[in-house]
Amino acid sequence: MILTVAHRTTYRYDAPIRLAVQSLRLTPSVFDGQVTERWSAVVEGGERGPGYRDGAGDWVESWSLRGPADAVAVVVEGQVETRDLDGLLRGHRELVRPPVYLRDTPSTLADVMLTDFARDVAGSESEALAQAHALAAAVTDAIAYRPGTTAAHTTAAEAFAQGEGVCQDHAHALIAAARVVGLPARYVSGYLLAGEDGTAHEAAHAWAEIHVGALGWVGFDPANRCCPDARYIRLSSGFDAQDAAPIRGIAQGAGSESLEVAVAVAAAQQ
Amino acid sequence: MAEEIFNEMYDGGTVRDIYASLEDWTTAMPGDLRQMKQAEAEALFRRIGITFAVYGEGGDPDRLIPFDMFPRVFSQDEWRRLERGIKQRARALNAFLVDVYGRGEIVRAGRVPGHLVYRNEAYEKAVVGFVPPKGVFSHIVGIDIVRTGPTDFLVLEDNCRTPSGVSYMLENREIMMRMFPELFRNARIEPVDAYPTLLRRTLASVAPERCEGEPTIAILTPGHFNSAYYEHSFLADQMGVELVEGPDLFVEAGRLWMRTTEGPKRLDVLYRRIDDGFLDPLCFRPDSMLGVAGVMDVYRSGGVTIASAPGAGVADDKAVYTYVPEMIRFYLGEEPILQNVPTWQCARPDDLGYVLDNLGELVVKEVHGSGGYGMLVGPKSTAEQIASFADLLRAHPENYIAQPTLALSTCPSFVAEGVAPRHVDLRPYCLVGDKIELVPGGLTRVALREGSLVVNSSQGGGVKDTWVLAE
Repeated sequence: MILTVAHRTTYRYDAPIRLAVQSLRLTPSVFDGQVTERWSAVVEGGERGPGYRDGAGDWVESWSLRGPADAVAVVVEGQVETRDLDGLLRGHRELVRPPVYLRDTPSTLADVMLTDFARDVAGSESEALAQAHALAAAVTDAIAYRPGTTAAHTTAAEAFAQGEGVCQDHAHALIAAARVVGLPARYVSGYLLAGEDGTAHEAAHAWAEIHVGALGWVGFDPANRCCPDARYIRLSSGFDAQDAAPIRGIAQGAGSESLEVAVAVAAAQQ
Repeated sequence: MAEEIFNEMYDGGTVRDIYASLEDWTTAMPGDLRQMKQAEAEALFRRIGITFAVYGEGGDPDRLIPFDMFPRVFSQDEWRRLERGIKQRARALNAFLVDVYGRGEIVRAGRVPGHLVYRNEAYEKAVVGFVPPKGVFSHIVGIDIVRTGPTDFLVLEDNCRTPSGVSYMLENREIMMRMFPELFRNARIEPVDAYPTLLRRTLASVAPERCEGEPTIAILTPGHFNSAYYEHSFLADQMGVELVEGPDLFVEAGRLWMRTTEGPKRLDVLYRRIDDGFLDPLCFRPDSMLGVAGVMDVYRSGGVTIASAPGAGVADDKAVYTYVPEMIRFYLGEEPILQNVPTWQCARPDDLGYVLDNLGELVVKEVHGSGGYGMLVGPKSTAEQIASFADLLRAHPENYIAQPTLALSTCPSFVAEGVAPRHVDLRPYCLVGDKIELVPGGLTRVALREGSLVVNSSQGGGVKDTWVLAE
């Protein structure tokens, strides 16, 4: 499938800023499931520092923008040819060892409830892959997709307890549950082609990857009850949403910030 | 403790050769002169402003670390062996860091358990795959050494991040030379004052690839409220480099800049005295105000060197410590010159059982702890203290290691009653850049409370000048 992406993130400030510094991980991952045909990710009016590929395989670029400025716009535009690999992250080069992703973070720390849940669900399976599938399905059942019920700082345990949330909460809960049963798990940021019937949620999307022995990393999207396929574009990964954020930035100035995001993912006509 | 305590000055009733001049010096010194000199030393330390804030003990945050005027002495032979052992250890620790952030051969070979490395809090995912300039992660390695016999030196712990205390090494010498110049005329004592020059040269030698010309170096401090602020400003002054705080720095166009009165100046090497977590809010703790946003991207793309390198802490963990002799064999193909203290890993059920059965004789430490906090010194503890510590151990065994209570050597010290033996340790500061260097000396810490084995300044420890005699 050929997917086109147009993604604009605008930070507006009510007082001019002096300097903005951003660390972007907005370039599609390199693996067998996707080939980038054209791609550009820039900070409008900004200066690009040298980029590098980090140990997890993400392409990172440092940007700065000298003020005074009222707004900073991060603009992504590109086209990627994707292939359905049943969620497998085949051919992805990375150096970080899977056990590193057994580490908890505040947003992915399982409480007693989530711990019991994970053990219950995974306990009936003996194979890692089957455990991962069971956990992903159970998280989908346990957390209803309901935008506006959670916030950026909601933890896995909180979302699980309230039983509703968005893709970030699904991913966090699945990561927390997988780590409880000893499966390395991580957060993935990317794009998703929304279904015409409105079933697939959130074009700027997030899901989880679980490391299952010889298969390596396998993607699970509990928000959509599936594994990532040709509708998905993978960008970056991390311990949790904050660690995997495609845009991390800071602005020096006195004003307060507001955020505006426009994302369009479309299937190109072939 | 059944073992005999090694007295560094006296061999039974006779004075060891290296202490002969000091024997004459103390016997000739009347008590009132000693008290006058002690007051003078304290006034000098106050005047130069070298104080140390002690966490968690309340009281005067500008308290002086007690300075004991009685020097500690090493012979040239003793020092040579220590020096070889320290440098060997510093090389192995750096080789380990390059390895575990690269292919992890030592883990693949089964010589160090993977979980100790990869699940370690101090293991930074953000630097995986990056080799710092000259392959150095830890540019200043502080190795804490204790002595239990004439030739028995043991490494108590390694400090690969930002070992503090070197300013005391330099100031102790400075003050001793000022107060007792005759001592330095009579004995040939190796100088330590080259340290700032060597530190500067070491830092310059690891300038990043993209640095053209003479590298610009700065020390990043968390600020004047930090307990080691004096040292930060002292070292900056001695090296002739800027002392900066996070707000003095910014990232632009892929480089790190320092604000100066003449406009921005590019920085090539940052000797940071803040923890990894505070370095860059875009990479680590987003709420950090002490670091510089974006500096990790500049670092990873070769625009600045950070010393010590982010992630270096995985090598000085007290659980990883057990494996340093293995690292020396694995990377250098050598036998360790300095031995480790035998250590029980409470995470291992067998070890835990032994530790719980013998708590009264052991020293138990937190794996990630430092500064002498959260530890149990069995022989010095009450039955209740031991019992409540046992509960902590059972709840979180993986957080603790245990070691035998060592018969630390003693060195004569000035105390209220006159001169008496007190337990000491030693922290030399090994510099690692394109070369590995060590000034002949270090910081001797002394447990001034009678019988105490805890030398940490936060627990009533003091400091001494440390002499290495020239031949």
